[in-house]
Amino acid sequence: MTNKQPTPKPRELNEPFKIKDCTLIALATGVRVHNLRELRDKLEIIDSGSIYYHFWGSRLRARFDDPEYNNDFAAWARHGLHDWILAERLGTIDPTEFDNLKELRQEIIEIIEQRLDESEYVPWAKTDHQFAFATSQIVVFNTSKHFKHPEALGHLVPYLSIGSIFYHFIDARRRAPLGVDDFSKWLMDFNGLHKDLVKEIARVDPYFATLTEIRSQLAQIFESYFGVAA
Amino acid sequence: MSVTLQEYAKITGDAVIDQLVQLSKTLKGKKVVHVNSTRVGGGVAEILDKLVPLMNELGIETSWEVINGDAPFYQCTKGFHNALQGDTVEIPDTLLKVYESTNQENFKRLKPELKDADIVIIHDPQPAPFLSFCPGRKGKWVWRCHIDVSRPYRPVWKYLRNFVVGYDASIFSLDVFSQRLPHPQYLISPSIDPLSEKNIDLPQKEIVATCHEHKIDMNRPLITQVSRYDRFKDPIGVVHAFQLARKFVPDLQLVLAGGGATDDPEGEAVLNEVYAAAGDDKSIHVLLLPSDAHRTINALQRASDIVLQKSIKEGFGLTVTEAMWKGKPVIGGNVGGIRLQVHNHHNGFLVDTPEGAAMRIRYLYFNRDIMAEMGKNAHRFVLENFLITRHLREYLTLMVGLLHGNQSDRIELG
Repeated sequence: MTNKQPTPKPRELNEPFKIKDCTLIALATGVRVHNLRELRDKLEIIDSGSIYYHFWGSRLRARFDDPEYNNDFAAWARHGLHDWILAERLGTIDPTEFDNLKELRQEIIEIIEQRLDESEYVPWAKTDHQFAFATSQIVVFNTSKHFKHPEALGHLVPYLSIGSIFYHFIDARRRAPLGVDDFSKWLMDFNGLHKDLVKEIARVDPYFATLTEIRSQLAQIFESYFGVAA
Repeated sequence: MSVTLQEYAKITGDAVIDQLVQLSKTLKGKKVVHVNSTRVGGGVAEILDKLVPLMNELGIETSWEVINGDAPFYQCTKGFHNALQGDTVEIPDTLLKVYESTNQENFKRLKPELKDADIVIIHDPQPAPFLSFCPGRKGKWVWRCHIDVSRPYRPVWKYLRNFVVGYDASIFSLDVFSQRLPHPQYLISPSIDPLSEKNIDLPQKEIVATCHEHKIDMNRPLITQVSRYDRFKDPIGVVHAFQLARKFVPDLQLVLAGGGATDDPEGEAVLNEVYAAAGDDKSIHVLLLPSDAHRTINALQRASDIVLQKSIKEGFGLTVTEAMWKGKPVIGGNVGGIRLQVHNHHNGFLVDTPEGAAMRIRYLYFNRDIMAEMGKNAHRFVLENFLITRHLREYLTLMVGLLHGNQSDRIELG
């Protein structure tokens, strides 16, 4: 049996990779909660932009929260409600496992409801430890950088802004095809020529690493794949 | 002379500055006016002094106007300030009339500048009524509140809210400060300027000279708290914590550095209490410094092993940010913005009592490697989150959002 290799498309025929960048600003919603039941109730009705912000958007803002917890709900469970069990459960939610924010919202609500069922009283926070729902506005813009060859992109990765990493590696997963970052999408267009690189990129955890860590990991992957220091 | 974006690039890296340049392209030629009540002194003037030239360098026509008033005007606005921070302050109608008429006079003077601006940013309550005098305004108007209004004295907020509700947006430093208002409320946290006298790198010989001048022994461990002599900063608690910690660290020295007590009767009383608590202990250095002693403060923070900010009430706590920038772990009071900056075992410790502070001083002193690691974490945390370049980026993002006139969660340019 012959193992037929795909014929790579000539490099010139591939679309260049255009680097975009984005910035985020947080907005208060005015919705605050004191206890776990209120949190559950507001989660049912809060705008999905707020769910996005407390899981993903917070990567791009000045990050205050305990790096131990990767989403704001878990951090509040720990520091506001002092409910370690709930914090652990919420802290291990991996939002990349959900196709959309509706499903993610449902998962959070279910974990909270389970905890409410287990609790003898409704966990509550002091007034100055309320949970404040926020949302965000993201501005996406072009940079003048674009590349036809993956090697050239690899050279640039260590110098990309955190906003570009967010846009191409995290935010991209919400765009079709769902769950795939922009780097991999583009590299797949080379008819399998860079499938090992794509495989390596897929190993980078988009959620439990910081954006700076993701940038370093990607830079290392490109560097070892092409064998040239960026 | 203004510091250029290129000089910040040496600290933040080129990517941060390139991003500002790209983002600002859509704002080129736009006219932005900031209005506040003072050109010198205080955090707002300090930040505008840096932000305005940087915005101009990015091609945004930015000016900074200041309103003038007489003593009763400032008496009134000082009352607002205290009331917004939660004090019960009754402001007589006579002062409110002065406040409104002073605003009207200042507005007349600045009207040509303001009515054609694309964006007007009004800082704090002093010029808040400006909007009500400008019905035919062209641009978007934003009220920027720098004050901790988490629990305002309601009658005063109710009065000021009437002036604020008409703005297109407002900005608060923390989400807990936001209010019920009918427009978008942006959240922009404060920042420090790494190139200011307060934060710039200092030659070692200057640090040595500063310590020598204040009779601090650089061969002995040093803990420092920088803040004015105010009960909310708990300087007595710091002395107490020092006395407890010294049982385990006999060589320990304490510096309490602050200023501005002479014109503040309560400050003077607190300072006297601190002197009394320190007694004739030669290891406690109580320093009363002039308000422009930025390099001295910088040197003292850099000479310290640990920085304390044991406040029992605090807005954001920029002294915490400044100390962390210098690579120092911070032991801070478990309140306000300190709680948002200090993370236990990561870049310092939050404490509720002098005993807690003493325990953490002792822990860090006997775990020097951990102390050094926390200092590195602290510096990185500020580098990534609390420098003026982040502050500028958020202003630019807000402006793009406002000028695009939509409230959607995503704006795609170009």
